[in-house]
Amino acid sequence: MYRIVRKERLHDTVSLIEVEAPYVARKALPGQFIILRIDEQGERIPLTIADYDRERGTATVIFQKVGATTKRLDLLEEGDYLMDFAGPLGKASEFEHLKGKRAAVVAGGLGVAIAYPQAKALSAVGAKVDAFIGFRSTSLYILTEEFKNACDNLYIMTDDGSNGHKGFVTDALAEQLKAGARYDEVFVLGPMPMMRAVCSLTREYGIKTTVSMNTIMIDGTGMCGGCRLTVNGETKFACVDGPDFDGHLVDFDEAIMRSRMYRAEEKLSDEKHFCHLTGGER
Amino acid sequence: MPNMTLQKTPAREQEPDIRNKNFNEVSQGYDEELALNEAARCLNCKNMPCVSGCPVNVRIPEFIAKIAAHDYEGAYAIIKTTNSLPAICGRVCPQENQCESKCVRGIKGEPVGIGRLERFAADRAMAKGSAPAALPAPNGKRVAVIGSGPAGLTCAGDLAKLGYEVHIFEALHTPGGVLVYGIPEFRLPKALVREEIRNVEALGVKIETNVVVGRSISLDELMEEEGFDAVFVGSGAGLPNFQKIPGENLCGVYSANEFLTRINLMKAYKFPETDTPIRVGRNAAVIGGGNVAMDAARCAKRLGAENVYIVYRRSEAEMPARREEVHHAKEEGIIFKVLNNPIRINGDENGYVTSMECIEMELGEPDASGRRRPIAKEGSEFTLDVDTVIVAIGNSPNPLIKNTTPGLAVGRKGEITADPETGATSKPGVFAGGDAVTGAATVILAMGAGKKAAAAIDEYLKNK
Repeated sequence: MYRIVRKERLHDTVSLIEVEAPYVARKALPGQFIILRIDEQGERIPLTIADYDRERGTATVIFQKVGATTKRLDLLEEGDYLMDFAGPLGKASEFEHLKGKRAAVVAGGLGVAIAYPQAKALSAVGAKVDAFIGFRSTSLYILTEEFKNACDNLYIMTDDGSNGHKGFVTDALAEQLKAGARYDEVFVLGPMPMMRAVCSLTREYGIKTTVSMNTIMIDGTGMCGGCRLTVNGETKFACVDGPDFDGHLVDFDEAIMRSRMYRAEEKLSDEKHFCHLTGGER
Repeated sequence: MPNMTLQKTPAREQEPDIRNKNFNEVSQGYDEELALNEAARCLNCKNMPCVSGCPVNVRIPEFIAKIAAHDYEGAYAIIKTTNSLPAICGRVCPQENQCESKCVRGIKGEPVGIGRLERFAADRAMAKGSAPAALPAPNGKRVAVIGSGPAGLTCAGDLAKLGYEVHIFEALHTPGGVLVYGIPEFRLPKALVREEIRNVEALGVKIETNVVVGRSISLDELMEEEGFDAVFVGSGAGLPNFQKIPGENLCGVYSANEFLTRINLMKAYKFPETDTPIRVGRNAAVIGGGNVAMDAARCAKRLGAENVYIVYRRSEAEMPARREEVHHAKEEGIIFKVLNNPIRINGDENGYVTSMECIEMELGEPDASGRRRPIAKEGSEFTLDVDTVIVAIGNSPNPLIKNTTPGLAVGRKGEITADPETGATSKPGVFAGGDAVTGAATVILAMGAGKKAAAAIDEYLKNK
């Protein structure tokens, strides 16, 4: 059992939990993920490690209430326990080669939470970092202050224009590229369609682009192959070969199609779990 | 006087048309009367050919004689001296290729039902509950076991009996390895696996789940920082193989590992009571002819598929599955399409599988495996309408441990190189066995490897 030592609701739909998990805390690196299970009936879901504290023996994940499992996860509070919390899984992101170079971090929605450790790690190796982060509205801002401190330039976009910059992160990135900004590498984190859009933009400029593939997974150790995707014409497993891949080589159409495989079942599961009496727990 | 009936005493079974709709165990095994009847068929041969056919050398005629004498606990005790998981082996061993293949009664008629008798003795003893085993005095040495499947459990159990402090690290959330995620409930009830694992824990073995060796901790760290004197790697054959035909990444194409893990480990057959979903549709095709293919096909049928096909490129004679599984699958209405090979999977505009194109095969000259090589018959292509395709053509060793353990020699396919007699690897103090070494094989062979490695680890640490 893994105790939740801290919980913060970042806004209505996004929460952070810090979990006692000594193995994960000891080895975690940016870009890696964990797999958790709430209880015996629960499914295994992968979540990117947002932070870790080697001394305290804890790992932090940030999640968005999008389906049955994340909604139930959000009902847990400090002091509650998760049944399973395994990791760190996947390969760590590589930053060392960007020392003294210029990198961009592009993230949307929940991806912003995952992108923050990347921006921080890039700064730490001595890269100049521009961050492009997007939200639906200013009311959904997360980690913007933290980003300011970790980056050289920060561009925030909102879907509703409530911060005066209406549009997608791709628009902001396109504008900078057009104005002559050049990056040695771009890191993209967020929903697959957004990553696909950024990749098609950076491809025009020939900028190496690394994406973090958040596919469906079960075991996360290479055993089931449920997370497979096509990269440069070859089948790869996101859990052991990734989750980072060269975005220009990823078959996004296929990956997006696969990510929607259980749409109907997810809806069923979600409806079943929603109790109108308590607004939550089954 | 021995019972000279030529046929094995049949075991009690659920009716095919009932059992193909539930996940309860298919075979109910022998009751006392049936067991006594079958035990009387054993001739108690002096040279005991059956024992040589068993990878862990169960003293077969001796335990059968105990059953015949109504001493069931005595029978169980004899089995347990060489086999730490008898209730499991009695159910999943390919006896027809092992002990029973050597049985003298099999020359004229059917061999003695050794597997069924083993199961009878084990089930009876387990139902009765056994007194806790006397634990030996600790010898002060510590061994880490990676993986809690049949190889790891056997190795751990044997070492604990010798006084070692044994710690098993399991990557998944439930111990048992393939016994839990792979073999379905209807063939191997999970309560029984839990019971066998409790028996191993009762010997003092500690099992830690959710530890992915190679990620959560490295093999070298186990030895250098955690103070383990030796390590046994029983991490199994991880990576599922695909055929590399077009359409294999469509929605509705599963590796057998994924399909079975969703069902067995995650209990997707209870969805939405459980949270892990699975899709089967009306028509499902399983590619392959091994036990895993049979398990997947029979699961698909139980999940409501109307037509379930086994598509296998060789003929039924070459199928590696246990004969009983093939027989049970057919009884349950699985349609066998042998001498057919898939060449393409087609999908609709949303990426869901709609059909699978196959080509007919014929058998040519024997290949390296000794089996006749299948050759495509030109122009014989046909289309099978299916919603689900399950690929059950084997696994390759998982690269996690190999990639994170410098100095650990591996073979061409990434399998860990280990001495077949001792399990010793290229790294001092590190032993390996089971599917991680051999590629996908059987539960009993993995257990045999775990057993040999335990003896070799004992030898190694005594002389260290």
